Amino acid sequence: MKIKTEAGERHVLAVTVDNEAGILAKITGLFSARGYNIESLTVADISADHALSRITIVTSGPPAVIDQIIAQLDRLVPVHKVTDLTDQGAHVEREIALVKVAGTGDKRIEALRMADVFRAKVVDTTLTSFIFEITGTSDKVDRFIALMRECGLVEVGRTGVVAIGRGSEAL
Amino acid sequence: MTEMSGADMVVQALVDLGVDTVFGYPGGAVLPIYDALFNHPTIKHVLVRHEQAATHAAEGYARSTGKPGVVLVTSGPGATNAVTGITDALLDSIPMIVLTGQVPTNLIGTDAFQECDTVGITRHCTKHNYLVMDPDRLGAIMHEAFYIATHGRPGPVVIDIPKNVQVATGKYSLPEKIEHQSYRPQVEPDADAIAQAIDMIAAAERPIFYTGGGVINAGPDASAALRQLVSLTGAPVTSTLMGLGAFPSDDPKWLGMLGMHGTYESNMAMNRADLIIAVGARFDDRVTGRLDAFSPDSKKIHIDIDRSSINKIVPVDLAIVGDAGRALDALIAAWADKGHKPRDLGEWWRRVDGWRATRCLDFPEKKEASADIMPQRAVKALFDATRGRDPIITTEVGQHQMWAAQHFGFSAPNRWLTSGGLGTMGYGFPAAVGAQIAHSGRLVICIAGEASLQMNIQEMGTVSQYRLPVKIFILNNEWMGMVRQWQELTYESRYSNSYSDSLPDFVKLAAAYGWTGLRIDTLGELEAGIQTMIDTPGPVIVDCRVAKLANCFPMIPSGAAHTDMILQPNDIVGTMDDEAKALV
Repeated sequence: MKIKTEAGERHVLAVTVDNEAGILAKITGLFSARGYNIESLTVADISADHALSRITIVTSGPPAVIDQIIAQLDRLVPVHKVTDLTDQGAHVEREIALVKVAGTGDKRIEALRMADVFRAKVVDTTLTSFIFEITGTSDKVDRFIALMRECGLVEVGRTGVVAIGRGSEAL
Repeated sequence: MTEMSGADMVVQALVDLGVDTVFGYPGGAVLPIYDALFNHPTIKHVLVRHEQAATHAAEGYARSTGKPGVVLVTSGPGATNAVTGITDALLDSIPMIVLTGQVPTNLIGTDAFQECDTVGITRHCTKHNYLVMDPDRLGAIMHEAFYIATHGRPGPVVIDIPKNVQVATGKYSLPEKIEHQSYRPQVEPDADAIAQAIDMIAAAERPIFYTGGGVINAGPDASAALRQLVSLTGAPVTSTLMGLGAFPSDDPKWLGMLGMHGTYESNMAMNRADLIIAVGARFDDRVTGRLDAFSPDSKKIHIDIDRSSINKIVPVDLAIVGDAGRALDALIAAWADKGHKPRDLGEWWRRVDGWRATRCLDFPEKKEASADIMPQRAVKALFDATRGRDPIITTEVGQHQMWAAQHFGFSAPNRWLTSGGLGTMGYGFPAAVGAQIAHSGRLVICIAGEASLQMNIQEMGTVSQYRLPVKIFILNNEWMGMVRQWQELTYESRYSNSYSDSLPDFVKLAAAYGWTGLRIDTLGELEAGIQTMIDTPGPVIVDCRVAKLANCFPMIPSGAAHTDMILQPNDIVGTMDDEAKALV
């Protein structure tokens, strides 16, 4: 007997929650308990009184599963609002990566040249290394990192995606 | 605003919230609360013999009264023992508050004696939980927890209270309005959806109501509204295991329970319907059978207070999020507003009556007095003997549970207490304790299997202590019957570890606890034995010996469709493939 899995599409969800102990465990536990995917998850306090946090979750699944994920998140007591930014339409997604490249000679020059093309900033340098800061969509960050693998990449740190809808409307 | 200790605050909040009963077991980390409860004038503490039983007793109390059940246990093993009952309450949507003691805040995280991460362990088996670090917040959290447990889809809420928070003082005041800052479940159904639903109901040629535990949870008025709507529309009614009692079983429109061990007429009517009106039911796998063959030609309306239940398993045509009772009331009002008249459903009823004619709940039996008792006969005899006494029936989990659901009739809600979602063996007896505490004068009977009963049999001591007249009626076939039945059907009768070996003598056990014990061996003794049980004051255990190898039919085999029901044992053919075996 084979176990079947279903292909899915990528969705970016913005979730506002009470900024209380255990909320992140509650959300991630929901995903693992029900077998949903998490491609990335970011969380930070967003209100002046530190009462609210915003969680951005990138997930994937067939439409019915995405609908379930939203419904399951929405019924958690500390969750205020769940918005499917992908479903809502135009939105901006950004991710930051810090990319450390080590080496000397041509590879080092090539790394700097490509960083320039990608508008990555040099945030630290030694005679044998650079740390680049790159901001963009996950896709752009992926491509930059792939190129850096050829130029002496030694370490990567990524924030995961934050996203917000276009236009004057707020969540 | 009054300054008081955390322990006093807990007790004061319980009083202010109208709590009259707490089920619990003391231990080091809850001693301050136990001291505050000492000789309390209004709150009765029921001392159980195991914390799991405290949670099931609280469920029995809640399910039979409609009020939240309250549990008080200590840290560490007290809390972990409660986890099964908490999960049971989550799956069956039972309002429950569990107060757990915790090690002092300065010792949290040090692997202190009887420390466990209670909020971590219960995070995914509660509706919500709290670790109270500040005594000034304790009172507000108590009130908020009750609000959460009882609003929206009901469920269990855990409040973990470190011992030093119980001892320290803080400010307590009665909140003006009890609510959560942001949790606002949708209770009122959308008016447009109601209007659309009533038109669909009025236009349907083959409608069926499929109701569940949500109707019970919505209160007795919801059951009354269901009856009214059914009589307006003339449609047949089936229900899940959890929904039994919302619609009277002696009404001609009642088709019996649906699903794996439901009636043939219910499952066939679901399969052939052109409209399913699901009210407070969640299309559980025990109900639907094989999903791609589930009611293929029907439109589906789904009324549920929990939006995540909608489209979770079966996609529906019209979703109505809200309280089942409010939605039923709104449908009744819309029916009148629109001037709908009942359709002639004669053709549909003729088909339903055709399915009824299979008499799917009939079972083969010998009639002589010395014959073995068929378990179905025992349940029917119990039903007949208690008619008119409005008994509360609890069950354990297994064959006896399904026979009770099939053969015991209910005419009102809150009389049928069973573990549906989690299927917890060991639920029924402590649930009967909780129901009997809440209803001291009523006849409360736990229909049990000899295997399930032993999972919480220590509660016989609780019953003796509080002089509760609980009756336990064991359908004793010396097997974990449902496991044995599946092994017979799926594993060529290789009965791996399903025999109830080394059973106690239940009659002597009764005597040991100061109960009355009875044994019934043959059909000829059945009626008199049941009558003796009913007539005997105080707790009674009846060891009713039944046919050992009887199977529970009808049955939708694992992985099969509603139309593929096994009605009788000789319908069974061949062996099961791996796909079917993999389904539970």
